[in-house]
Amino acid sequence: MKQWEGFKPGKWQEKVDVRDFILKNVTPYEGDESFLEGPTEATTNLWEQVMELNKKEREAGGILDADTKVVSTITSHGPGYLNKELEQIVGFQTDKPFKRSLMPFGGIRMAKQALEAYGFELDPEVEHIFTEWRKTHNQGVFDAYTPEMRRARSAGVITGLPDAYGRGRIIGDYRRVALYGVDFLIRQKEEDKNYIGSRTMTPDIIRDREEHSEQIRALHELKQMAASYGFDISEPASNAKEAIQWLYFGYLAAIKEQNGAAMSLGRVSTFLDIYIERDLKNGTLTEKEAQELVDHFVMKLRLVKFARTPEYNELYSGDPTWVTESIGGMALDGRTLVTKNSFRFLNTLDNLGPAPEPNLTILWSTKLPEGFKKYAAKMSIKSSAIQYENDDLMRDIYGDDYGIACCVSAMRIGKQMQFFGARVNVAKALLYAINGGVDEMKKVQVGPKFAPITSEYLDYEEVVDKFEAMLDWLCELYVNTLNVIHYMHDKYAYERIEMALHDREVLRTMACGIAGLSVAADSLSAIKHAKVKTIRDENGIVVDYEVEGDFPKYGNNDDRVDEIAVNIVKKVMKNIRKHQTYRNAVPTQSVLTITSNVVYGKKTGNTPDGREAGKPFAPGANPMHGRDTKGALASLTSVAKLPYEDSLDGISNTFTITPKAIGRDDEAQVNNLVGMLDGYMTKEGHHLNVNVLNRDTLLDAMDHPELYPQLTIRVSGYAVNFIKLTREQQIDVINRTFHQSM
Amino acid sequence: MVTGRIHSIETFGAVDGPGLRYIVFMQGCSLRCLYCHNADTWKMKSGKEITVQEIIDEVLDYMPFFEASSGGITVSGGEALLQIDFLIELFKECKRHGIHTTIDTSGGPFSRRPNYLNKLDELLEYTDLILLDLKHIDSEKHKLLTGMHNEHILDFATYLSDKKIPVWIRHVLVPTISDFDEDLYRLAEFIQTLDNVEKVEVLPYHQLGVYKWENLGLEYKLKNVDSPTQERIKNAEKILGAS
Repeated sequence: MKQWEGFKPGKWQEKVDVRDFILKNVTPYEGDESFLEGPTEATTNLWEQVMELNKKEREAGGILDADTKVVSTITSHGPGYLNKELEQIVGFQTDKPFKRSLMPFGGIRMAKQALEAYGFELDPEVEHIFTEWRKTHNQGVFDAYTPEMRRARSAGVITGLPDAYGRGRIIGDYRRVALYGVDFLIRQKEEDKNYIGSRTMTPDIIRDREEHSEQIRALHELKQMAASYGFDISEPASNAKEAIQWLYFGYLAAIKEQNGAAMSLGRVSTFLDIYIERDLKNGTLTEKEAQELVDHFVMKLRLVKFARTPEYNELYSGDPTWVTESIGGMALDGRTLVTKNSFRFLNTLDNLGPAPEPNLTILWSTKLPEGFKKYAAKMSIKSSAIQYENDDLMRDIYGDDYGIACCVSAMRIGKQMQFFGARVNVAKALLYAINGGVDEMKKVQVGPKFAPITSEYLDYEEVVDKFEAMLDWLCELYVNTLNVIHYMHDKYAYERIEMALHDREVLRTMACGIAGLSVAADSLSAIKHAKVKTIRDENGIVVDYEVEGDFPKYGNNDDRVDEIAVNIVKKVMKNIRKHQTYRNAVPTQSVLTITSNVVYGKKTGNTPDGREAGKPFAPGANPMHGRDTKGALASLTSVAKLPYEDSLDGISNTFTITPKAIGRDDEAQVNNLVGMLDGYMTKEGHHLNVNVLNRDTLLDAMDHPELYPQLTIRVSGYAVNFIKLTREQQIDVINRTFHQSM
Repeated sequence: MVTGRIHSIETFGAVDGPGLRYIVFMQGCSLRCLYCHNADTWKMKSGKEITVQEIIDEVLDYMPFFEASSGGITVSGGEALLQIDFLIELFKECKRHGIHTTIDTSGGPFSRRPNYLNKLDELLEYTDLILLDLKHIDSEKHKLLTGMHNEHILDFATYLSDKKIPVWIRHVLVPTISDFDEDLYRLAEFIQTLDNVEKVEVLPYHQLGVYKWENLGLEYKLKNVDSPTQERIKNAEKILGAS
């Protein structure tokens, strides 16, 4: 095939195998950033236009424009442009930038509320159709929920469930569109479908066949959508510009049809580098032009938008989309997968200025080339927009062609997907254990009616026994709740284009999660190592605690409490594994809150560690702010003790340090950050968000948001535009530990 | 086993020597610098006791960080050299484990008494780097600033130079006190006489430690002194040959 000329042949030519293509053709780059180019005039002009629209959107209260009538599908909207003459890479979700699409399949009420919250009105006919005639995911879920599930959900012991919004966290292998062209993919899917039909017609096989038909239909629509922009993508891309455009069309189709919480991109930069290298070699592309292509592509990724409700924004604050791009990492054969394009992607933080999206994720190995390590650290210090995940840990499990969905969820690209399961509140479960299943805030029976603790002072052994029994109950309920959700999501809001870009057989995981780990661990430590007195209301429900004496706190590298945290993680995972999952998904767990640590805290009463009712939890696996008093390495080491094998969906840690505290000069700062990351990964820490900034900057940005349009900060697993956070979230971020020195 | 009296531990020191460092802040100091930001480390009897083994166990746990950043351990204070017996034991153990060792000192306790020199020489065998604070080149002004003359401190610098112990010279730049060109030139001249200086660091004065004086019920005399301007910092760096 002429589009493949110049590529090393291999089995990737016979059947879909992007990894084989990459390994045969990659040009690892071990140098530094000196080859990089700045923005072209077109880039600067386009970005100014974006910043102007950003400002207007902010002034309009968060949403500039929204479609209230046309239901978004792959082909629903004609072409949209920012500036057709200047754009190298084209395509928007609707007919113009900053106009949010209408996506009712997840739930019509959500779509309606999202519009109303920003002053738009849903077209009555659409509302009628999706109320009377077309059932949605949300309705399906609530048809099947048990009363117990509803109670647990409303009390906030299980929260953030994707029962009213798209589950997301499925990464289509968008690279396939570029490498093979859509016709090849359709042919392969048709073969797959025929193969599936050769077996007995059980419900599973019927579903599989129906899904494959949907996938094939979606691929045809993808071609149509591209054609509306004037591109025929039935054949493979023949150069770098086409490769980026084809790939982006694949992704665009996904975000036109799904407003999943996280719509991650995968691992595309090194794949695309192969096309860029070929063009550079042919003399048909210059470095300046290559960077421009990347800048324009990234600009598009920054403009992914969904209409969401205020309740959703409270959970996942700052309008995140998790267009996560995984960069770097090592190949199983020992070569690095860092290419010049890994640098170009990070260089967009200079060329366009910092931004939260795409969610730039470095797959960090201690064996990464020094030049890239240093450049990543330098850009991190400059922008606070990068997160790091442990490639040495993940490569063993997922191989060398995995990507991160959302924040910390690793999956093999095109071969694996997950059923996103939000998280359970283990701190609240501990309070239920003490109060015999009665919710300490709502004062109603939510958990099973186990005997409550009646003693004045809490006895560690007794509390642990009851806590474990309560976790047993909670995990069973949790997995069953997720089974309902994902059954319905498949039925009413199936991700057909994303799954069309997967293999026929995919590994599914049931991605469970926990919140409140540090609160639960510190509470148990207080009960064990100090004396905790209960304070009861008139009905005997424990509503507060008095701690007498000091106790070890999670985050100080003190095994006396760190082991308690480790045991909670292990115990929850063990319990989750006991239960049958929908589609035989493999159960996993994350220790990740995103920004929902604030909402969880709000719904949780006083805890035995001295945390007051309603106060935020620490995010993810972080120690509680202010309690890690022995410095950053002690804090990092505590978190690194959490076992990844029992949290395969990721362990999120957010690290914030002031510029002065990380080194006296630029060189020292870079050296120290690289050393810190190498050290953390060697200690088998999984994930680290790195923020290098001063608290004063954030305080000033709260008062003068207009001066900080691009101020970016990493929260749990993603980055946000600081000024887009709710005030409550801003205060939470400012209250967290800033490692500093004097 | 010898125990030390420490004020606190910082596991993530990034500004006191090369790389990431485990910082031990020793308790007790004989100087009374007007700008001290760790006034709570002055008293000899406060703080808590710690054994060499306790420190070594922790440091070993953090070795991946120190190895990856070419860091190590820094003993600061307070005045590190006041607990020289403890330092000898600690650094001997550190070197056994291949840990890079640094002392952050004002040189205040130095003397040429044979007893002292014996101990110091032993310590220096296990010491990779000294961060030496030269607070003022003028002895009278030094006394006003710290409560002590500086002859023996400059002598300490010379002693280290003779013994070829690598040193980073540090100078805290305090407007109205240690930021006069004339003094800076004299200090630079003195530094020129040393041939063991790897680096000179100008540390801009700040007021972050003032609350500690207030907590201790002490009067902070530099209340009206601001941090130096960028211009003055650059000026001092130029004169002193700091990069």
